[in-house]
Amino acid sequence: MGTILVKNYAPMPFDKSEILRYAQAKGKSPELDLIIDECIGEVSDKLVYKVCYGEFDISVDKPNIDFGFMNVTSCDLSKNLKDCKKAVVFGATVGIELDRLILRYGRISPVKALIFQAIGAERIEALADAFNNEIKEKYVTVPRFSAGYGDFSVYKQTDIFNTLDCGRKIGLTLNDSMMMSPTKSVTAIIGIKGERDNL
Amino acid sequence: MKITDYIKDNILYLDGGLGTLLQAQGLKSGELPERWNITHSDVLVKIHRDYFDAGSNVVNTNTFGANSLKFDDNELETIIKSAMDNAKKAREMSDTAHEKWIALDLGPTGKMLAPYGDFDFEDAVNVFKKTVELGVKYGADLIFIETMNDSYETKAALLAAKECSDLPVFVSNAYGEDGKLMTGASPSAMVAMLEGMGADAIGVNCSLGPKALSGVVCEYLKYSSLPVILKPNAGLPKSVDGKTVFDVAPDEFACEVRKLIEKGVRLAGGCCGTTPEYIKKLVDTAKDVTPLPIKDKNITFVSSYTHSVEFGSRPVLIGERINPTGKKRFKEALRANDVDYILKEGIAQQEKGVDILDVNVGLPEIDEEKMLKTAVCELQAIIDLPLQIDSSDAVAMETALRRYNGKAMINSVNGKKESMEAVFPLVKKYGGLVVALTLDESGIPDNADDRVNIAEKILNEAKKYGIDKKDIIFDPLALTVSADNNAGKETLRAVKLITEKLDCHTSLGVSNVSFGLPRRDIINSSFFTLAMGNGLSAAIMNPYSTEMMQAYYSFCALAGLDDSCTDYIDFAQNLVVTSSATVEKTLEVGKEQYKSELQKAIVKGLKEQAAVLTKALLDTNEALSIVSEEIIPALDIVGSGFEKKTVYLPQLLMSAEAAKSAFEVIKESMSGTDNTSTKATIVIATVKGDIHDIGKNIVKLLLENYGYNVVDLGRDVPPENVVESTVSLHAPIVGLSALMTTTVPAMEETIKLLRKHAPWCKVVVGGAVLTQEYADAIGADHYSKDAMETVRYAEALN
Repeated sequence: MGTILVKNYAPMPFDKSEILRYAQAKGKSPELDLIIDECIGEVSDKLVYKVCYGEFDISVDKPNIDFGFMNVTSCDLSKNLKDCKKAVVFGATVGIELDRLILRYGRISPVKALIFQAIGAERIEALADAFNNEIKEKYVTVPRFSAGYGDFSVYKQTDIFNTLDCGRKIGLTLNDSMMMSPTKSVTAIIGIKGERDNL
Repeated sequence: MKITDYIKDNILYLDGGLGTLLQAQGLKSGELPERWNITHSDVLVKIHRDYFDAGSNVVNTNTFGANSLKFDDNELETIIKSAMDNAKKAREMSDTAHEKWIALDLGPTGKMLAPYGDFDFEDAVNVFKKTVELGVKYGADLIFIETMNDSYETKAALLAAKECSDLPVFVSNAYGEDGKLMTGASPSAMVAMLEGMGADAIGVNCSLGPKALSGVVCEYLKYSSLPVILKPNAGLPKSVDGKTVFDVAPDEFACEVRKLIEKGVRLAGGCCGTTPEYIKKLVDTAKDVTPLPIKDKNITFVSSYTHSVEFGSRPVLIGERINPTGKKRFKEALRANDVDYILKEGIAQQEKGVDILDVNVGLPEIDEEKMLKTAVCELQAIIDLPLQIDSSDAVAMETALRRYNGKAMINSVNGKKESMEAVFPLVKKYGGLVVALTLDESGIPDNADDRVNIAEKILNEAKKYGIDKKDIIFDPLALTVSADNNAGKETLRAVKLITEKLDCHTSLGVSNVSFGLPRRDIINSSFFTLAMGNGLSAAIMNPYSTEMMQAYYSFCALAGLDDSCTDYIDFAQNLVVTSSATVEKTLEVGKEQYKSELQKAIVKGLKEQAAVLTKALLDTNEALSIVSEEIIPALDIVGSGFEKKTVYLPQLLMSAEAAKSAFEVIKESMSGTDNTSTKATIVIATVKGDIHDIGKNIVKLLLENYGYNVVDLGRDVPPENVVESTVSLHAPIVGLSALMTTTVPAMEETIKLLRKHAPWCKVVVGGAVLTQEYADAIGADHYSKDAMETVRYAEALN
């Protein structure tokens, strides 16, 4: 059984243009800018940046992939993992506080709720990227792929959660509809083609 | 010997890791370890026995995830029976002389409780109950709730353990590196709640090694009057040649844990990565330590799901505004089930700096039990302040206390026999700090001494229920000084006597003192200052009153309770800012033409200005004409801009919020008059299984702006509830939202049920995954790609 490790990251710088994009704002206005700054100020010291992950040997026989802990049938994922003998499976979360703020402002200021939602999307992508980049430094990898993309069934989340022990490791839970709480979280698979040094 | 007696004089040794040992024996990734109780009983017996032999007094059964969410009833029973049998066998086989007990191990369910997930609190209680009942049936000596990283789930488990057994219950939580539970609780918040509910030992396990957990452990030792548990990991895991190894070796582990035993830890063992070798080392290393006595810390505190509030140093401010007494607009909101109104009062008071919120929603014509439960759940979803649950209805009180995520203040009990019989059992069961009014069958004594006598009577009666005096705070009752010259003086004297003679805390509803007098804030604030000077620990007060806040901050500064007068300076400087805040923000108007300043404010999305301008307009204009000639046209400008893609979602929302704040002013001005909306009632909900609601809230805001009566059923709403509301309101339109493909079936089911029971209603659907084709396939009447389109659809139907 692969070891499941946990990593905590320092906060990455906020990317306001990404936040605007996630908030579906194409134009800028000084009023909106002010709100975004307020929201960043309110949330920045309340976030966590946690990842749990494990490395697994895989075998790909299109459209089937055997991860050891689960079998997946998916043309899209097997295409993504072509030429990979190993994969890193990870779960990441920026914690429950954004859910709290989204809930709070959903009741009193939907525009702030929308901005916190956008901040959450930007944060979790930034965290997933930071982790992914570390893996990339060590290995030659393929782009990360999540359950729910293409024909990779979202219900495989159950197996991923059981194996990564996401609840215990980083406080990430899954409901019967395959939604994650905290909502600002991702799980994904990064296929590994080989070690950097050997290429 | 009873384990609870044993801990009084001894260090109790617990076992170590189990999961990591099972993995070493071949447990596969993703395989459920609980099944090994049946399939690999020999492995389990050996591990348990090794722990007993190593010196563990308590061994936890292999039932961490044994619950009805993972196993059906038959399998669950077989698993728990086998798990108990394995542990019992190990105990029989182990021939070491020390005392040995078997704990039913209870881990988290892996589901997030509502409101952050969709798992209902009572469902969680029931899941734990099933496991506890089986543990009791098959002979557990105690229940060990462990590795919980959410305070609410911990409460559910402890409640289940208490309601289904008389066994001792140990509760251990998993803290992160930030010293908090995953959902935010601090150690002192957990101590307050768990002690209040009657756990027998509390503490910390998993996550980190002993050194990294020492900060959290010291917090427990500081606050807890119960024995403290420590079960750390063997440090952090690493992967070496494909194998998991932990970075703290047995010697170091034992040494670090011993240090914490010397500081007061009473129950010690290990978690992930520890083995019988670690426990043996620990027992050997710590054998010469004399256990420190477990002392009552005598701390009066309450808690929310994030932090505790302690009584004793600074006076505690309890916001009084969530209470319908004398508030016309609040009463209307309660009758209309307008929870948002309550939430706004809560948030506004939090922003003013109160420590605790009083919650009173009692009104003769409403269902108080239901409303109080809703108010408590909704408030605690978005505000992290402890609540004071204020009701004279014991049933409503119990329902609210049960759902409360923390240790609440309970308002109130009094010296009447009937009152104490109704309230004290609730305090005992759910924990809480109860406000005790010094009145009894013969009324409120006019002098302080008799009020103190009633206080003593209450203390004695509470003792019979096992309620300690630290969990009682006396309200010696502020009476009207205009009716009795001595009223203020006697109340102040009672505060002093209760503080000094009974060594108890006091609280006052300060503003009663000024009833019938002009400019009440003046006398209230002076009375408040005097009461604080006499030792008052808390006040139920109006935080919007500048005079009251002035009194508070000045007192704290003068009484040496405000380091370098920081808080006073902050407060005083903000006062200046507020009074000059009328300076208008400059706007870039550009070439745009606006009919009025109000229209401009709405289009630009300036909330505060929109409210101020509306208030001014009301002096000269009819309320309804402001709506039809100013607000709605402004919304239309923004709405059509959105449709033409010249205005984007955040700007649309900013304008909608500005319009809403204008509407609030108008509503306030029309309060009490017949202003029933002429437009339709629309029921909206996010469907079952879905916990996202940003889109739905946006639709709600816009529909409200256009004058619709929107009944928002919230998130994760079962089909039956949508139907029930639609039928009872005979709503012509229902809006449903879903974010993920996995919840579209729930949407379809809701539509089917609506067709059957509410054939008149039109169903409009929206949400990230929906498309026109999807909407057609599930039988919706209309698909809205955005919130504006829902408004247009409703307008077309109206």
